[in-house]
Amino acid sequence: MSLKKILTTGMLMSTLGMAAQAQTLVYCSEGSPEGFDPALYTAGTTFDASSHPIYNRLSEFKVGTTETVPGLAESWEVSEDGMKVTFKLRQGVSFHSNGQFTPTRDFNADDVIFSFDRQGNAENPYNQVSGGTWEYYGGMSMPDLIDSIEKVDDYTVVFNLTRPEAPIIANMAMDFASIVSKEYADAMLEAGTPEMLNQAPIGTGPFTFQAYQKDAVIRYLRNDNYWGDKAKVESLIFAITPDASVRYQKVQAGECHVMAYPNPADVASMKDAEGVVVMEQEGLNVGYLAYNTQVAPYDNANVRKALNMAIDKQAIIDVVFQGSGEIAKNPIPPTMWSYDESTVDDAYDPEAAKAALEAEGVTDLNLKIWAMPVQRPYNPNARRMAELMQEDFAKVGVTVEIVSYEWGEYLERSKAEDRDGAVLLGWTGDNGDPDNFLAVLLGCDGVGASNRAQWCNEEFDALIQKAKVLPTQAEREALYEEAQAIFKDQAPWATIAHSVVYMTMRPEVEGYVVHPLGGHIFNQVGLSE
Amino acid sequence: MLNYVLSRLLTFVPTFIGVTLISFSFIRALPGDPIMVMAGERGISDERYAELAAQFGYDRPVYVQFWEYLTGVLQGDLGNSFVTKRPVWDEFFALFPATLELSICAMLFALALGLPAGVIAAVNRGKFFDRALMSTALVGYSMPIFWWALLLIIVFSGNLQWTPVSGRIDLLYYFPDPTGFMLIDSIASGQKGAFISAVRHLILPTIVLGTIPLAVIARQTRSAMLEVLGEDYIRTARAKGMSPGRINGIHALRNALIPVITVIGLSVGTLLAGAILTETIFSWPGIGKWMVDSIFRRDYPVVQGGLLLIAVMVMIVNLTVDMLYGVINPKIRKR
Repeated sequence: MSLKKILTTGMLMSTLGMAAQAQTLVYCSEGSPEGFDPALYTAGTTFDASSHPIYNRLSEFKVGTTETVPGLAESWEVSEDGMKVTFKLRQGVSFHSNGQFTPTRDFNADDVIFSFDRQGNAENPYNQVSGGTWEYYGGMSMPDLIDSIEKVDDYTVVFNLTRPEAPIIANMAMDFASIVSKEYADAMLEAGTPEMLNQAPIGTGPFTFQAYQKDAVIRYLRNDNYWGDKAKVESLIFAITPDASVRYQKVQAGECHVMAYPNPADVASMKDAEGVVVMEQEGLNVGYLAYNTQVAPYDNANVRKALNMAIDKQAIIDVVFQGSGEIAKNPIPPTMWSYDESTVDDAYDPEAAKAALEAEGVTDLNLKIWAMPVQRPYNPNARRMAELMQEDFAKVGVTVEIVSYEWGEYLERSKAEDRDGAVLLGWTGDNGDPDNFLAVLLGCDGVGASNRAQWCNEEFDALIQKAKVLPTQAEREALYEEAQAIFKDQAPWATIAHSVVYMTMRPEVEGYVVHPLGGHIFNQVGLSE
Repeated sequence: MLNYVLSRLLTFVPTFIGVTLISFSFIRALPGDPIMVMAGERGISDERYAELAAQFGYDRPVYVQFWEYLTGVLQGDLGNSFVTKRPVWDEFFALFPATLELSICAMLFALALGLPAGVIAAVNRGKFFDRALMSTALVGYSMPIFWWALLLIIVFSGNLQWTPVSGRIDLLYYFPDPTGFMLIDSIASGQKGAFISAVRHLILPTIVLGTIPLAVIARQTRSAMLEVLGEDYIRTARAKGMSPGRINGIHALRNALIPVITVIGLSVGTLLAGAILTETIFSWPGIGKWMVDSIFRRDYPVVQGGLLLIAVMVMIVNLTVDMLYGVINPKIRKR
């Protein structure tokens, strides 16, 4: 066969193939999942491939929002003192089956207890399986927060807490809280292959896991017994494509329908391209420069505010984010409830900044700026950002030295209370709750750890501690708005930017919604003929 | 010949130990540790850190860790990946066939074009064809792989739509892969069109990965041929009236092959290095990308195990090359 004939036949085959598989949605993902048990991992890429298609949680985030809606729990009730949360579980929900396992019973309270117990109880046989690291369970303070979990009956579970915690319902919707089958876990333990829980996952979600070819393809089939709205496509394929330019070529060539993370530089031409649709939404994140508020002269709020005025944030958005970001004025992103629209940002004004510094008696200031060695949505190029700030600060007479360390080192060293210099860092929300930003990043408990500004303001801390235990969102909202005003007045950070998330897809894709928490969810996505 | 092979095999032992030590210390010499990388911005408490360090076994002195690693290696146990929690051995052999298949195709491509190009250039020394070929080879050698790959994708997959953009086979084909070699598995699957799809997916990555070896082989063949063509026995052959095809193709090429084979052996290292970029661009699930990801994640067992296995592969290839010298030149065999 001539080369031309081979090529033509092949092309025909693939075109026919795509037509025959009109009900297969192909998603060009950016990387490989670490595994399929979401509780073991922290990467969004892993959650996209595991928790979203395969599993459910007691509560769920409504796609496209940070609002929690019932999931495997039909309803819940928080006791008056906030110390007990009672979940009423959904009945008639079945787990998937695979070659090694067919469930003999429906989902019930035992599965809920097992899903959490394996993460928190060292005696649980699954605690050490697969190198059980349970990062998120620890990171969300579950070991301190959950006193015990009780089974009242097959469909009622009570979480006894050590303190009232309003974000607990949102926490239950997070990926690490995905509900796994105890029956499957027991069967695999008995068969001597407990690692199958991570490698051949069984959940209750809209898609069943079919196969994973490492670093290449993940295949799912629609779960026709799904308890909720069934998936619109018959099968879902993740084509793992690490290079962003290649992902875009694949969308254009019809080899995939949806792609994540386009190159920011390509977005403008994508918007003009035919046969390609680009969606965008602000990401649930914030990038910031944290001063060390315990070291002079940065312990003076006026100095910090003067420095903030010296930063040309628009230039940063244009150069570092190449347009795929927007200026941040608050420590929480605009898609989050309680975001204070009325905040007035420190205007870029080098002259005023210089005068303000002189008024505070600060001259010949030397500042170290720490530039992260990694790329993050909230800061795609920290080194470049630091260089722009270096130029800005030079204009007000501040000399900047840029420093950087290996990522692990960077995170560790930047925690030190006597740290020299201001740190570029950021945060992506986990559960859509303002507490997940304000308490973690700015609370007094975080000093010497996640609070890189080493800023402990009693008034601010009292507000967020109080907000954490109030039962209604409206009551909490008022306190968080007050806290944001204090933050702006005290300026422990220069808030820089929130990223904008882009999704690129073919026009036949229907119903895709950009999820503010960053996941890529295909349960509700269909394909037009 | 047997003695020759045995003596070569003996040199494996110190090399193997050296590689084990280097691969073990190399990743530990890099700053940062896997737990901090895993914890990321969220951080980790000191107690949790200690627990995990104990679980991964690197709270113990380095020499103890090395000893355990070495005894593990000798028993065929390379440990489990910190990240995926799966045995390094399983991961390597799930991915290695993809790299091997691509490397073999790239090498065949380089040989198929490089050898004749070198011979033709040597025979036409100084003429237009020689100059054109050698300039092209220089361009091929100096071209950044990343740029070359994207250029080919944009032209052949994007504009002309002759080849698929990336991957190993069209996604509509789904069959078990007992050997991991897509060309073989696609035939074994019996699915219509699967083999052709696999071949089409191989075209661009093969060209990209084969470009540098092609340039090197063409240049090396040319210079080796030029040397041989100046020898007395060639002049004698010509004087006897032998046909130019016979002189160049049989008498000259066979003797010119020794240095070319050396280059081919050395190119295996280049192929594996090139595979890292080629695999990333073409979403080719091989060991190159796997190793790079693991280095970034400080996944010690994968990096040290992967390096060791790659080194062993390179050693085997070099041994084969050494044996080939013997086949081509009986003088070496008898020495």
